Order: sequence, then C-alpha cells, then structure tokens
Amino acid sequence: MIETRGLRKSFVSRQGRDKKTVEAVRGVDLTVAEGEIFGFLGPNGAGKTTTLRMLATLIVPDDGTATIAGADLRADPGEVRRRIGYVAQGGSTWDDSTAREELVLQSRLYGASKSDALARAERVLEGFQLTEYADRKCKTYSGGQRRRVDIALGIIHEPRVVFLDEPTTGLDPQSRAHMWDEIRRLRAEGMTVFITTHYLDEADALCDRISIMDNGEIVASGTPAELKREISGDVVRVGLPVDAVQPAAQALTSYKLETYEDNVRLYVEDGAVAIPQILRALDAAGVPLGTVELHRPSLDDVFLTKTGRSLRES
Amino acid sequence: MKLLHDTSLIFNRQMQLLLRNPVWILVGVFQPVMYLLLFAPLLKPALQVPTNAEAYEIFVPGLLVLLAIFGGLFQGFGLIAELRAGVIERSRVTPVSRLALLLGRSLRDVVSLIAQAVIITLLALVFDLRVFVPNLLLAYLMLALISLMTSAVSYGVALVVKSEDALAPLMNTVAQPVLLLSGILLPLTYAPGWLQGVADWNPFSWAVNGTRALFRGDLGSPDVWQGLLIMAVLAVLAVGWAAREFARSVR
Ligand SMILES: Nc1ncnc2c1ncn2[C@@H]1O[C@H](COP(=O)(O)OP(=O)(O)OP(=O)(O)O)[C@@H](O)[C@H]1O
Ligand SMILES: [Mg+2]
Repeated sequence: MIETRGLRKSFVSRQGRDKKTVEAVRGVDLTVAEGEIFGFLGPNGAGKTTTLRMLATLIVPDDGTATIAGADLRADPGEVRRRIGYVAQGGSTWDDSTAREELVLQSRLYGASKSDALARAERVLEGFQLTEYADRKCKTYSGGQRRRVDIALGIIHEPRVVFLDEPTTGLDPQSRAHMWDEIRRLRAEGMTVFITTHYLDEADALCDRISIMDNGEIVASGTPAELKREISGDVVRVGLPVDAVQPAAQALTSYKLETYEDNVRLYVEDGAVAIPQILRALDAAGVPLGTVELHRPSLDDVFLTKTGRSLRES
Repeated sequence: MKLLHDTSLIFNRQMQLLLRNPVWILVGVFQPVMYLLLFAPLLKPALQVPTNAEAYEIFVPGLLVLLAIFGGLFQGFGLIAELRAGVIERSRVTPVSRLALLLGRSLRDVVSLIAQAVIITLLALVFDLRVFVPNLLLAYLMLALISLMTSAVSYGVALVVKSEDALAPLMNTVAQPVLLLSGILLPLTYAPGWLQGVADWNPFSWAVNGTRALFRGDLGSPDVWQGLLIMAVLAVLAVGWAAREFARSVR
C-alpha cells in the first residue's frame, strides 16, 4: 500500500550568518501492507514527521521515490492527495469553528456534495463520539476531544491510507486507550493506518508492524514480536539503592549492561544461568542488593541494542 | 468548474467566520470615520475650495483608497494564525485548488472592504458629498482591485515569512512611503515638481487620481481607465504570485 525507496530530506537552517544543514531523513525504505497498522517509533527529532510530510505531499523529497495507494508521489501528487488522509502532529482545527463546520468543509474540499458532506459529518461525529459537542466551538473542547476531531477530519473522505502523526501524545491513559480503539476501528473498516509514536507500549500494543527510526534512518523493522525475538537471550534487571548503581556497574563490566537511576539491566544469553553468577559478582564487590528480575526483552531493549541509547531517556 | 466551486467553499467559510464577529468590520472603519469627522472640517479652508461638498470630493476618495491599501496589507496576520493552527496544512493535503485557497480569502477581504466603504460613503453624504451611482460603483471596483492586490501581497508575504514579528515591520515599511507618495490625504497639486515626479511612479497615486475623477463626476477623464487598468494588472500579478506561494511547500 505504501512503498518507499531511498527517501531523503535535509533542511538548511540559518542562524545569523551560519548555515547549518540538518539531514532530517537519510534514505528511508519502507513497505506497508494493505490493512495494517504500521508504526513509526522514534525519539524526538528522529525524522518521523518529516517522512510523513513527504508522503503526504507537503514537502518535496530531495531524493528517492514512493508509491502510495498505487499513485506515484513525484509524478502525481494530486492523485496521492485524493487517496490519503493526513493528521498533523500539531492539530488542525480552528478555534472559532465547530467540529461539524470543519467536517462538512473538509468533506466538501474532497468533492462531496452538500448533503453528502452533512451525512458524512454526522456519521463520523457519531463514530468518534463527538455528537454531543458537534456544534460547540473547537476552542471549548478538551485535548482528547480536539484530537478526535483532528482524526475525524483526516478520515472523513474514507481514504485508503491515513497518516496519523502522534495521535495520542498529550492524552491521559484513558483517552489513549480510547484512541487505540478508534484506530483499530479504522483498520477494521479496511484503512491502512500509518502512525508515529514515541511510546513503546503504544507501538507494542497497537501496531501490526513497526519501524524504529533514529537520526533519520530506519534501524529496525518487523512485528513487535519479531523485533523482540531478534535480541537473543534475556534481560536481568537488578534493582539497587541509588548510590550502589555505579559500584554495581563496575563489578559487572564483563556483561553487556545499561545503568539507570535505581537499577542496572544486563543482557545475557540465559538468565537462569547468569543470575547466580551476577549475584556472586555483586556480593564479592560488597554491593547491597535490592531486587532481581528476569524478563523478556522489550522494544526499548531493541532500541537500545540498535542505537546504543535508551528511548526512555532520549 | 472546480476553481469556482473551491473558491466559493473557502469564501463561504471565511465569511461565516467574519460574520460571527462583525464587530471587526466596525473596528476597521473607526479610524477613517474619525478622519472624516475630525479632520475633514479643516479641508475647505485648507484646500481653498468654495464648498464642503468639493472638499469631500477630494478627501473621501483618498480616505477610501487608504482604507483599501491598509486593510489589505494587514490581512496576512490572520493567515499566520491559520498557519499556526494547522488549518492551512490541512487544506494543502486535500485536492483543493491552491488558487482557491487564496481567492476565497482575498474575496472575503474585498467584501469587508466594500462594506466599510459603503459606511463611509453614507456618512459623507451627510456632509453634502454628492456622487453619481454609476461613478460610485466604478470607484468601488477600483477599491476592490486595490484590496484584492494588497491582501494577496500580504498573504504571499505571510506565507514566506511565517511570523507576525517579521510581517508587521515589513508591511509598515511598504505602506508608509506608498501612502505619503500617493497624494492620498491631500492632492499633490501643490507639491514641488520632484515630488510629483516620484508620485508618478507610485501606482496608488494613479488609483487615487482615478477615484477622485470618479467622485468629481469626470467619467471621461483618462485618469479613470488608467487607474483601473494599472490596478487590474497589479492585482492579477499579486494573485498569481501569492497563489504560487500557497502551492509551494509551507515550512
Ligand atoms: N523546516 C525545518 N527546518 C529546519 N529543520 C527542520 C525542519 N523541520 C524539521 N527539521 C529538523 O529535522 C529533524 C527531524 O524532525 P522531525 O520533525 O521529522 O522529527 P520527529 O521524529 O517528528 O520528532 P518529534 O517526535 O519531536 O515530533 C529535526 O532535527 C528537526 O529539527
Ligand atoms: Mg514529529
């Protein structure tokens, strides 16, 4: 449904007389299948929005090609526009308009007749549980309500592909869960959904497949389960008093390890074998122990092994 | 026709939002009305014309052109607010005509300007101004062309600079000399030769002369068609340029 090869974009930013080139996206290859929820996971500044804006015809790539829902991005951006929906990271509603007005206008911009647009607006308002607020000005909505209006605007013309840039950022846990349900409903209706996120649990729970992006490049792609399986072995998490983290790290230099505020995480072949050895090493160094946990790698661990940094901390 | 259809969609939305707060139209005429009430009485002696009516024939057209220029040039601020809210980006991913995105907005500006011009004309009638309706309609056409051009320029510049902080000084810098060199408030009849020479290069000075001729009842004056022609050409150029800025990638 989406196929990109070597997409690139750099920005020149001027600070006084200095020109600085930021390579925001450096060669992105993607394949997104029809009817899946595809996730773009990456820290701030990874290039997620820039990639989406290129695919949504808002900025022209410096290099590379893409086909979206059968239309060629470079040769026929107009056709791409007709086939996609796009919901920007920063929202898209006007304070003094009502949700219904925005939806009707949006639908008509895609060519719907007046009566058709009204019917569509009614339908999506219902679908997104917005009927109650439909005729109030957008500035009176809560963050979650406003985000739902944004998404309703992005799908009112029933596109084959919809791009959602951080649909759940800034929402409370309950609204996020609701939003996940909405997004799954879009998939159930046959849409291909492309979302960006920097929440690990979101990528894990919601997405059929993900690509992890860092620094303008895709560092890993697959289903969440595949990616986690790629990291062989187990993660041992040792909880420690805060001032014992450094000594513990020194005692365990022979392991692949990551330190956190009140714990260290070790990546080992076989947890059951490694735990006694770890305990012995810590004991020998006189490090007081808190807790020891053994778990399967998370997406954060995937990110860590691919980039050398933790997504939680970047 | 798609352009017409899309333009009317954008125009209707903009009008709807404008009419939701019609007080802005009144705020816009407040300043010119003050000029009309407090400044114009000084004109009869200053311009050495025999009647108030004649003084207003000279002053009111200038005032209206002034309103058209400034009203248009500051429309870009609204667009920057829309850019920030993401409304423009949302329009740009739809297949809507880019020219319609501009025209729908500029036409709203033209309509609100004409509404203001009508208010001022009616007030001036109270002060003995007399003008033939056909001439008045042609004068409104001139004003419409001016405001179409200045608002398009303002939108184009707003799309390029994308910030109020840059737009305000830029528009002021353009507007001040244009204003002073057009004989808008006082005709340049008594100006020294060099000043008149400079004013000849100011398109708005032609527009003012044309509008004055219309208010004078001098429909046959070459000032009329020259002013209209110059404004029409500039309006087309400005609209073409600004529409291209809408089509280009924003940000
Ligand atoms: N118009 C621009 N001019 C200059 N630099 C830009 C521009 N747009 C993006 N960038 C830079 O490109 C890089 C990627 O930005 P992008 O917005 O794509 O990141 P992101 O992954 O969406 O991040 P976030 O999670 O914060 O939204 C950043 O370093 C950013 O500063
Ligand atoms: Mg982003």
